[in-house]
Amino acid sequence: MNENLAEYFRGDHLPHIWCPGCGNGIVTAAIVRAIKELGWEKDDTVFVSGIGCSSRAPGYLDFNTLHTTHGRALVFATGIKVARPDLNVVVITGDGDASAIGGNHLIHAARRNIDITTICFNNNIYGMTGGQYSPLSPTHSLASTAPYGNTDRTFDLCRLVEAAGAAYVSRGTTYHVVPLTNLIRDGLNKRGFSFIEAVTACPVYFGRRNKMRTAVDMLNWQKEAAVPVSRAKDMDPGELAGKIVIGNFVDLDIPEYTESYERLLKEHASDRSGS
Amino acid sequence: MSKVGRRLMQGNEAVVEAALVAGCRFFAGYPITPSTEIAELLATRLPQVGGRFIQMEDEIASMGAAIGASLTGTKSMTATSGPGFSLKQENLGFASLTEVPVVIVDVQRMGPSTGMPTAPSQGDVMQARWGTHGDHPIVAMAPASVGETYEATVRAFNISETLRVPVVLLLDEVIGHMREGVRVPDPSDLDLVDRKPPSKDPGDFLPYADDGSGVPEMAAFGTGYRHHVTGLFHDETGFPDMSPRTADALMRRIMGKMEKNPDIYRWLETDGTEDADILMVTYGSPSQASRSAMNRARREGIKIGEFRPITLWPFPEEELRSLADEVDTILVPEMNLGQLRLEVERVVGCKAQVRGINRTDGDIFKPDEIYTAIREVVQGE
Repeated sequence: MNENLAEYFRGDHLPHIWCPGCGNGIVTAAIVRAIKELGWEKDDTVFVSGIGCSSRAPGYLDFNTLHTTHGRALVFATGIKVARPDLNVVVITGDGDASAIGGNHLIHAARRNIDITTICFNNNIYGMTGGQYSPLSPTHSLASTAPYGNTDRTFDLCRLVEAAGAAYVSRGTTYHVVPLTNLIRDGLNKRGFSFIEAVTACPVYFGRRNKMRTAVDMLNWQKEAAVPVSRAKDMDPGELAGKIVIGNFVDLDIPEYTESYERLLKEHASDRSGS
Repeated sequence: MSKVGRRLMQGNEAVVEAALVAGCRFFAGYPITPSTEIAELLATRLPQVGGRFIQMEDEIASMGAAIGASLTGTKSMTATSGPGFSLKQENLGFASLTEVPVVIVDVQRMGPSTGMPTAPSQGDVMQARWGTHGDHPIVAMAPASVGETYEATVRAFNISETLRVPVVLLLDEVIGHMREGVRVPDPSDLDLVDRKPPSKDPGDFLPYADDGSGVPEMAAFGTGYRHHVTGLFHDETGFPDMSPRTADALMRRIMGKMEKNPDIYRWLETDGTEDADILMVTYGSPSQASRSAMNRARREGIKIGEFRPITLWPFPEEELRSLADEVDTILVPEMNLGQLRLEVERVVGCKAQVRGINRTDGDIFKPDEIYTAIREVVQGE
């Protein structure tokens, strides 16, 4: 591990449980670098996760950390943020956790524009349970529950979060780690709901079944499939099929939920009667 | 706070006012009949006392948000009814295992499914005990009047904070919507409890260490204790440990803390049990019709006593077992087909005959039907 990041990790709980070739460590390190750059205090920062491979990340990080139920990280995080608006709240989730079982919470956290940064580790598969297809698995890809190819249509989660009203939406990959770190930093720094999809590699359960047997194959795929958002604007849907559009999609200054509620509290504190 | 002294209040309103007095400063909810007044009133009242209200996107979210808020050291509550109570069960189990204090109000309505949303029921008695998966500690209380609901709400927060256990306030639609006179106590007369804070510095603090009481000290997020909370089995550091030894120790401690501390949650009212031949085991709103029927029977010379557990779970086994030796028949009126009766039968074995008096039509008991059931017992002897 890079020495200058060690203070942010719980060294006595490493090594992690992730498989050889997994990209989750790259995303986790990117988050930590971004936090270091912003100078956030560990005591004032809470990491909340759901269930899945990525959701084990907070256990390795030396912050206030909460590992919740499947799909529900955002609701626990909402309770924390509303009760203690002064804390920095970061949610770590996976593609299945965020888009399937937790999809409703993702929509409504974005709609409220509550000041929570959500980083979705998208490995295109349910890894922890052994490789079932997720809503973000590409159509026609193979999975243990899609032995003849995935017949589902795949999901652009960034567009969902944008439509739901988030202040900040970006996508990066573990191949483009410096831009990913910068996107995460900007999301953390944004007042409001921020969503960063980090495309990560699962060579064991996704790659192996889909002609990308090694971590190197998967990073090469990220490199070749990636299209910067500036270039994607001039491409038609046919050209964009199978591509990963990376960069920043949304960056808005819009009213944040807890600030609005704090204002309401100030206005109505005078209503207190008899106490 | 609401005015001290005698006031006319609805059951759901009593929950709200008592929760505020008990120190509740966070509520997350979702609209559902017949509990909605609790959310509506708290949306108005919490900002007035510097607390926070949020209407979440669903019942699962409300339960999770209440637990999240509690982890910051804020006393938290959610409220619902049958269908929502079903949805809350997974996160309720999370609170049970991670030992996060939280109060859940379930204003019971007729089920299963959508059932009869405005009709009273006591159909969630077993769900309150066993609704989430796995063995788990939990407390459930079923008050029998609006005044008792006020007191039960204050106690619910105290029990939850003391034992770090979720507490279910099991009202029924009658209790939730009925208006009765309530004696609102002076808050300074109430004993209010907060969870035990850490007695050690962050470097030496073990978040799930047993100090002998079975209940660990609790550090709030954002106070310098950077601990880990997980729904996985964990050792006293709070980090996951799947070894059989750790799992066994954790399960026996969280269940054992209930057995060790019955005085914290035990709440039982008995009346006329000394020379009783018949014992009424009642809880919730049917206790009122039952009381009326018992009084009539006593005037006719029938020896009948009342055993009324306000804390249903953990069930007062020893107290009932010792009475079972003295009586011939136990009657259990319930607005279900015999949920608590199962527990009563288990506890008394063959020491006494146990009979249910059951309504499952969404209507309330009338004193006459309970009186008739008492007469049938007497005539059958």
